[in-house]
Amino acid sequence: MLIRKPSDIRPSEITSRDNYLNRRQFMSAGLAAGSIALAPPALTAVVPRAEFAKIPDVQNSEFSTDETPTSYDDITTYNNFWEFGTAKDDPAKHSTGFEPRPWRITVDGHAEKTGSFHFDDFMKPFDLEERIYRMRCVEAWSMIIPWVGVSLADVVKHFRPTSKAKYVAFETLHDPVRMPGQRRDVLEWPYREGLTIAEATNPLPILAVGLYGEALPNPNGAPIRLVVPWKYGFKGIKSIVRISFVEEQPQTSWNMSQPWEYGFHANVNPEVDHPRWSQARERRIGSGRFASKQPTLMFNGYGEHVAHLYKGLDLRKNY
Amino acid sequence: MDTLKQIRFVWKPVVFLLCLVPALLLLGDTFEITGALGANPVEEIQDRLGNWGLRFILIALAVTPLRRITGWNGLQRFRRMLGLYAFFYTLLHFLAWLFLDQGMLLSAILEDIVKRPFITIGFAALLILTAMAATSTNGMRRRLGRRWQQLHYGAYVVGILGVWHYWWQVKKDIREPLIYAVILALLLGLRLWFRYRKSSRRQRKPKHTETLETRSGKP
Repeated sequence: MLIRKPSDIRPSEITSRDNYLNRRQFMSAGLAAGSIALAPPALTAVVPRAEFAKIPDVQNSEFSTDETPTSYDDITTYNNFWEFGTAKDDPAKHSTGFEPRPWRITVDGHAEKTGSFHFDDFMKPFDLEERIYRMRCVEAWSMIIPWVGVSLADVVKHFRPTSKAKYVAFETLHDPVRMPGQRRDVLEWPYREGLTIAEATNPLPILAVGLYGEALPNPNGAPIRLVVPWKYGFKGIKSIVRISFVEEQPQTSWNMSQPWEYGFHANVNPEVDHPRWSQARERRIGSGRFASKQPTLMFNGYGEHVAHLYKGLDLRKNY
Repeated sequence: MDTLKQIRFVWKPVVFLLCLVPALLLLGDTFEITGALGANPVEEIQDRLGNWGLRFILIALAVTPLRRITGWNGLQRFRRMLGLYAFFYTLLHFLAWLFLDQGMLLSAILEDIVKRPFITIGFAALLILTAMAATSTNGMRRRLGRRWQQLHYGAYVVGILGVWHYWWQVKKDIREPLIYAVILALLLGLRLWFRYRKSSRRQRKPKHTETLETRSGKP
């Protein structure tokens, strides 16, 4: 029998999800009341280094769904993060020793402000928000994930891209010593992803640094990863070390690997099937052994915020 | 106890129970007695049943080459049971897909069988296995005569379709289906080798039949 030491127990395990959500409401209510007397707190994002440490000063977001979040265990043990292996439980098994500090992020390309930044310095100018988003994997399963992150639009604007910047490209750390999955050429490393500038400055995408109010766990892409809720999960590049403002559409990993199956856009679309399986329905993780799949929504249900980005674009060809 | 009785009353029940272990473990894990199925239980149930279906197809296909190599003819007595287990796990794999994954949504099921080639070939393999299982009794074997053997050569087709089905549905990392493909190639290759040796021996030694008859004690 496994007996856990008290120090092994995470705060999120002690706090039930209902209490957790209630507490969030309580905190924001308190914050609202307090703000009458006090100036709002100076929002400089501070992300604690320690695993399971609570992230302070997190605001709620109007973009959050009120669906019940998937359990912490499911979110952190069922991952596609091939840098740590190709099986779903590999990232949880093989990322335990991964130390996401010190961490540097390079910003380069067509922007007025570029350079290489320590993670803490990179984060400082931005406001942290909790965003509870639907996540739809291209493999036809989905979760509800309470991320903590900063608006990608704020980040992009902060670095003041020039008119030449048409796309934002991202790269994951390439370090086969720390990421054992990279010792096999299952994909061309480093993992690459990209968005158009219009997508990157839409209010929905975030750079996530936390989960369930705590620092982002390793299997989910510590210390910082992209979340684009209306696109398939593989667009959400993990453990980012480079952000480039570029003129041409950047190469993206799955598109490089199997262009006939994975496009640059990768918008969630129930009408355009993957060549080998239907995208019309999805299995919600945590729904149980005998629950049926549920219909997949166009743009994963975020159409009102993003459909205008693709006006006049043939989504069947631009999958 | 003579060998035949020993096989029938000791070894067959033992092998029968051993073959049932993956199903019992899956049942135990499903109701969280022996373990757990993880975040996506439906996928786990389907994958495990499919894996065991394919493993038993290969195990059943291994009987004849093993018998030829070891010379232990008793192995032949397990072939039907192993083949039926291949059918058993493959059928459960199909039923898990039908009820748990597709939730009996008829339009989605028909679309998948017709439109998704890896499901089409998996389904074809199941149909062949079903025909073989239905004709696996001694009575059917007698009634069908030579056609029985022709039908049961379908095992080779099932092996190829099964590995192909697995290979095709893997996203990118083909290591595991590759292992199955290598084993299948070995099992089918051995058969070709036996056949080649037999025919080349016949060509080189035209008196082969004669010696065989002499050896079997005919005057």
